[in-house]
Amino acid sequence: MEIVLSLLSGLFLLFGSFLCLSGGVGILRFPDFYTRMHAAGVTDTLAAAMILIGLMLQNPEMLVIIKLMMILLMTLFISPAASHALGQAAVLNNLLPLVDLNMNHLAKNTTAGDESSKS
Amino acid sequence: MFAVVMLAGIYGLVSASFFVAMDAVDVAFTEASVGAGISTLLMLTTVAMTGRTEHMASHKPLLALFVVTVTGGLLIYGTFDMPYFGSADAPIHNHVAPRYIYDSMKEIGVPNMVTSVLASYRGFDTFGEVTVIFTAGIGVLALLSVVQRPKSDAVIEAINDSMHEKHLILRVVIKTMIPFILLYAFYVQFHGDYGPGGGFQAGVIFAAGIIMYALLFGLSAARQVITQPVVQLLSAVGVLIYGSVGLVSMLNGGTFLDYSVLSADPIAGQHLGILLIELGVGLTVASVMIIIFFSFSARSEYQQAKKGESL
Repeated sequence: MEIVLSLLSGLFLLFGSFLCLSGGVGILRFPDFYTRMHAAGVTDTLAAAMILIGLMLQNPEMLVIIKLMMILLMTLFISPAASHALGQAAVLNNLLPLVDLNMNHLAKNTTAGDESSKS
Repeated sequence: MFAVVMLAGIYGLVSASFFVAMDAVDVAFTEASVGAGISTLLMLTTVAMTGRTEHMASHKPLLALFVVTVTGGLLIYGTFDMPYFGSADAPIHNHVAPRYIYDSMKEIGVPNMVTSVLASYRGFDTFGEVTVIFTAGIGVLALLSVVQRPKSDAVIEAINDSMHEKHLILRVVIKTMIPFILLYAFYVQFHGDYGPGGGFQAGVIFAAGIIMYALLFGLSAARQVITQPVVQLLSAVGVLIYGSVGLVSMLNGGTFLDYSVLSADPIAGQHLGILLIELGVGLTVASVMIIIFFSFSARSEYQQAKKGESL
């Protein structure tokens, strides 16, 4: 039982750290505000939740587990609200998302005549 | 200036994390809540009032640069005599620190050594800090207060309804969260004896909860909950409690802020004294933060209203 708990907690912690890392890489490399905010939101919510669950599985004392569970509950409430606040502030200030309007790649499924006329 | 404020906030957060790495959790707590939280918020409010870029100076400040370089060089020269970072025979580890570490539990009986040093061994310093915070609040009031006629209930309802659709999700989540945030502030306040915590952090967290309410529901609605006379009174009452504890100690035969004479058993006296002064600190810090934020936003609203009139 101990081994299973240790392994599970290790897996959760590893996954959480990977999400933190990928969130960081995403913030630096994504092209647009909204995609970057998605990366930050993943770090805030999911990575924090995974790390907290990993810590919960590792701890023998009940009081610590309950405290960690309360922190997890608060995180799940507050972090998505924070990401939503950011996104809404951007939309309300007229920052439009980057949308690729070049529809040429969708033309491959149409007839050959259309494709040759677009090239 | 917006970027500079953000960098200052990031610096505060990184400082909090290296304080945690150095095992100084109390300091990290305070730094995270004050430096990365409230401080960034107040600076952003100021930037919203003043503008995002500064006027470039018309002359090159060469004299100022020279003075700063010389002073910085002298300061760095002064650190050459200091002992190496973390060396075991530094004076700081040899005179007072062992006394605090070994005798704190016997003399004061509080598990958290940081609180016992802050509140009892160095009570005078903490009294000075609380007075400084109170003075900052008075300064902001003196410079920035705008006399506001409290808006009628109907006007507040109208503002509320107009903003309701736009911020629905945030309002629902915040309404659920505020009781827990305020409860957490009280937990931190009274748990400072046993874990990281104490008056400063608790006051800041309490103020942050109220500020969040004010941000989402409007300043007028928040002022109905936390009226200006009450919050001004509370900030003074906090400092008064702190000073009174010192005076009562003197009346009981000890020196100023000597908590051992506050009750029959010295340890119980110390506990009582620490509880009361932390209460005073928490009250003053929370009220002053709220005063500062309300003054800034009232000023900003006043400016915007004047701009609207002059258009």
